[in-house]
This record gives sequence, structure tokens and C-alpha cells, in this order.
Amino acid sequence: MIVLEKRPSPSAYWARMSPVLAVVLTMIAGGLMFAALGKDPVVAIRTIFWDPLFGEFAFYLRGQLLVKAGPLILIAIGLSLGFRAGIWNIGAEGQYIMGAICGAAVGLAFYPTESRLIFPAMLVAGIFGGWVWAMIPAILKTRFNTNEILVSLMLVYVAQTVLAMASTGFLRNPDGMGFPGSRSFSAYPAAQNPELIAGSGLHWGGVAALLTVLAAHVLLSRHILGFRIRLAGQAPRAARYAGVNPDRLVMLCLGLAGGLAGAAGLFEVTGPAGQISIDFNVGYGFTAIIVAFLGRRNPLGILLAGLLMALTYIGGEMAATNLNLPSAAIQAFQGMLLFFLLASDVLTNYRIRLTGKEAA
Amino acid sequence: MGGIDPVLLIAALIVASVPILFAALGELVVERAGVLNLGVEGMMIVGAVTGFITAVETGSPLLGYVGGALGGAMLAAVFGALTLGLLTNQVATGLALTLFGLGFASLMGQGYVGIKPPLTADVPFGPLADIPVLGPIVFGHDPLVYLSLGMVFAVQWFLRASRAGLVLRAVGESHEAAHALGYKVVRIRFLAVLFGGAMAGLGGAYVSLVRVPQWVDGITAGAGWIALAIVVFASWRPNRVLLGAWLFGGISVLQLNLQVAGSVIPVEYLSMAPYLVTILVLVIMSSGRGKAALAAPAALGQTFHATR
Repeated sequence: MIVLEKRPSPSAYWARMSPVLAVVLTMIAGGLMFAALGKDPVVAIRTIFWDPLFGEFAFYLRGQLLVKAGPLILIAIGLSLGFRAGIWNIGAEGQYIMGAICGAAVGLAFYPTESRLIFPAMLVAGIFGGWVWAMIPAILKTRFNTNEILVSLMLVYVAQTVLAMASTGFLRNPDGMGFPGSRSFSAYPAAQNPELIAGSGLHWGGVAALLTVLAAHVLLSRHILGFRIRLAGQAPRAARYAGVNPDRLVMLCLGLAGGLAGAAGLFEVTGPAGQISIDFNVGYGFTAIIVAFLGRRNPLGILLAGLLMALTYIGGEMAATNLNLPSAAIQAFQGMLLFFLLASDVLTNYRIRLTGKEAA
Repeated sequence: MGGIDPVLLIAALIVASVPILFAALGELVVERAGVLNLGVEGMMIVGAVTGFITAVETGSPLLGYVGGALGGAMLAAVFGALTLGLLTNQVATGLALTLFGLGFASLMGQGYVGIKPPLTADVPFGPLADIPVLGPIVFGHDPLVYLSLGMVFAVQWFLRASRAGLVLRAVGESHEAAHALGYKVVRIRFLAVLFGGAMAGLGGAYVSLVRVPQWVDGITAGAGWIALAIVVFASWRPNRVLLGAWLFGGISVLQLNLQVAGSVIPVEYLSMAPYLVTILVLVIMSSGRGKAALAAPAALGQTFHATR
């Protein structure tokens, strides 16, 4: 009989090792899934995890890594603060879309004016858009005690409809001959988010992601606010006695997550995506949930997790073209990773004991 | 506006509410047992695809529903093993279930896009179906509609009047006390989770076999999340789940009818309506001196680890 025995304090070793274990287990289970789809599992896993970094086209694909990791890290950092405090914002995808729309709208309003101030103004608008969208669940939660999980998720569907309205209506390119989609930002230098170093894939979003990782690390390890966030998550009652205002924490965590997601949306739409279109969003807001957990809700961990997840995106695309692997397979693969991660976390908090008799 | 027939609207409303009714009833039992499974959307969409595939391959819609229920229950079993066996966080595991389910369903459904499933026939009520007004509303449906209504009463009876239901509620209110009385908390919860998964899968299969009826990616479009909201709306009571499902079925049918009838309200605002109304309903139910919060099972979402 296998029994779980609670550890007196969480194991530091397993806290670090469980993500590694989860990745290995996911590779094995994913390999089985690929084999079931009639593909060579070893080749598939190599195509996803090895070829983008060291394969034939690595010079190009390595750059893509930062393109994909940037938004994932930005969003995941924001989410992780809330997850630490027990605030479940799962609507980052909606906040990301709204940030992109608000920021793009500001930029397009100035078209074709050239000024250095336009991009910063768009960024502010993007952050604002994401922040407003996240404030809806925050205010409903603090005022009316409404479940933030359901509200933030419902708002994703609403944001998607707003996006459809924007790309076919109020932000549609007036010179686009009626096709949906806004003006292209790559043809509008003042509002463009270009690659900063050629071939690196680094744009302002990547820079912002790195700065956010540093800022979040300092916040959590050095600042009283970071301490309060951790306290509220680990011991809510103690936090209340210590004078932590739970309502303010909800507003702050959701607001930060929304602002960061909004910024990520703006960087994406002005850079890699290039325009507001009905499907410019590819689910980074949801994948960022996995990134936040894979990174152990820790800023430096999220940096690594974001890069790894970006790798699975790029590798997944490669596997889709080279091996004819369905693109949905990679989504299932990412979901599987979260399962194994949560499961292997049991080793952090519990010891596994084998006993002779059945426990009562 | 003139082109909408109220009788047909009510008949369509009853059909539209079936998927969320199944899923919400299942989740209600799960939550009354003290487990919060946020993976309803994932279980629904997996049920939708497994049900669709089974129905297409066997040619039997009945087997399709069985396949849908099994698919949902299989995913629920993963959730049960993780949250009850390995004591993972229920919120995070539920999210993982949905993320995995969406990818898995889209993977499974690859070869089935654009295929018509076998038709689910209406129950033959003979001349009864020809009664004006009453006929289309009461006697013009397929068996699943009547099954879903029957489940409302079955779940109601089970929770209120049966011994097993009493034990299940005890587990949901205080797992420590139930454990001390000798009830197998983990086993009872696991069975409840399986039931919830089967119901969600059945609801999903109804979407892909009757409501749409074909396979497209993301076919459930948030119905699972609306089902979760309905459980809160219903203050964890089966008869109110029926009310909630009709409310949302009504809104989704009405907005579709308005779109077709060429309403002055833009299409986009209409398709937002079900989600906005969900939020509104949640706000109303959650405020008012926290009534809904008081009705929630006391041990909801808490991890149980038997120390003795």
C-alpha cells in the first residue's frame, strides 16, 4: 500500500526538480501520443525540442524563441503574482486582446503622423486597456464577492467579439478594399515595434519581459508588497491579522496582470502580428497559465519556463510542417505538461511511503 | 422582430439548454461532494468529439451518447487521480483539464470535419406531437431532452432523499467528520467526479450530435464555463439548475433568432449577450449578503488528506 506522508516543510530539492521531472514525463507520454498518431516518437521529440535550437534552420528559429517567449513571460509574471495570492485570473487572453486593441487604436488615430511619442503613447494605452479589462473582475470580486475565475474567463469571449468588431469595423484599414484587418504597422514606422538586433528576435516586448522578470524578482524577494502577496497565499488568516487588505491585493494582482497582458498584446500586434486581425491572438494568455506554474510562480523560473514553452511552439510548428503532425497535438502536449507538473509537485509536499497494512 | 414564433422559440430554448443542463447537474453533484472541477469545458469538448466519432463510426446516435459520456468520464478520472490521489490543487488541475481537453479534442476531431452525424430521432409521440402549442413544446423532442429533465429530478431525489446522497453531502460539508464516521471520502468523491465527467461528456455529445450537428474546433464555445456559473446561480440546488439552464438556453436562442430576423442591434452585441448575462447573474447571486456563498458546500475546493 502506498501512503503519502506530509513533509514537515516542503522539500527544496523537489521544488526545483519537479518541473524537470514533469518535462521528462511529458516527453515520454507525448512520445507515446505521437507513436499512437503513427509518427516516430524519437524523431518527433527531437524535432520539437532539439532541432529549433541546433538543427538545420536553427539560425532563424532561435530568433523566433524570443518572439514567442516575450509575451508568454510578460503575461505569466503578472498571473503568477495573483496565483501566489490565491487570486485566479484566467482571462489574460481577453486582457491581451483588449490591450492590443486600445494600443493599436491610439496608434492608428495618429496615422500617418511621425513622432517619437506615438509608440510610448500606444504602450500606455495598451497597458490601460488590459488593466481596465482586468479591473472588471477585480471590482466585481471586491464589491460583490463574484468569482473572479468565471468573470475573467467570460470576458475573454466578450473581448474576442470586440476584436471581431475592431477588425471588421472600427479599426478596419480604410484602404484595405473591404478586407478585414487594420492598417499594417510594419508600414507605419512611428507605431512599429521592430526587431532591435537583426536575427535575434528581440523586440521591445522581449526587453519589457526581461525587465519585468527583474522587477518581479525584486518585488517578491525584497519588497513588503511581495511579502504580503506570498503571505496572503500561504496563510490568508495570518495575512489579515498582519493588516494585509485582501481587497487591495485583489485589485493590485489583477491590475498588474491585466496591464502586463495588455502590454504583451500591444507588442505583439505592432511587431510579430503586424496588424489587428480577427485571429491575431494565438492563445498566449492561456499558455501563460502553464508557464506560470512550470516556472513555479517564481520570476526567474518563469523566464526559463517561457523559453521552454516558446520552444514547444516553434518545435510544434516544425513538426507540423516536417512530420505532418497535427498542430493541435502540440496544444494537447502543453496541457499534458501541466498535468505532470501538478502531479510531480506531490513530491515537494509529501513523502511517498510503502507500508504493509492498508491505511484506515 | 415580427418573424419570431414564441412556440418555436420555447421549443428551441428547451433543446438549447440540454448541454448546459447535463453539465451543470454533473458539476453540482461534484461540488456537493466538496470537489471543485473547473475542467467542465474540457470534459464537454472531449465528450463532444468522442461522442461524435462513436456515432459516426457505428452509425448509432445512442452509442454516440454512451461514447461521449465515457470520454468525459475518462478525462474526469484523470482529474480525480490528480486531485484526490496526488492531492494537487483543484483549481489548477481543472484549468489543466480544460487546456488539455481543447487540444486533445481538436487532435481527435481532425479527420471528422465536415461529416454529418447520424440523426437523433424525436421520441414518437404520435398524434400528441400535433397538438397546437403544447405539441412542439412538450412532445416534439429527442430522448435526450427527456433524459436531461429526468436527471434533474433524479439528482434532486438522490441528494435529498437517499442515504447515499446524504453521505455525499456530508463529505462535501466536512470531509474530516465524514472520514471520522468511517466513510471513504476519497472513494465517494472519485465516484462523484466520474459522474460529473460523464454528464459533461453527455452534454458535449449533445452539442456535436444535435445542436450543431457536426464537428468543428472549439465547438462548446464556453458552455462548460457557463455550466459552472449556473451551479453558483442555482445555489447548488438541482431544480434551480433547470431554471438557470433555461435562462441561458433562452438567451442563446433569442440572440440567434434576433440575428436571423435582422435586428437593429448589431450581431456582435447579440453574440456577447450570453457571456455578459452570465456575469450579471453571477454578480446578482453573489451579492445580497453573500447568499450564494453561504449555500456553497463548506469543504468545496479543499484538499483532503487523511492523517489517521
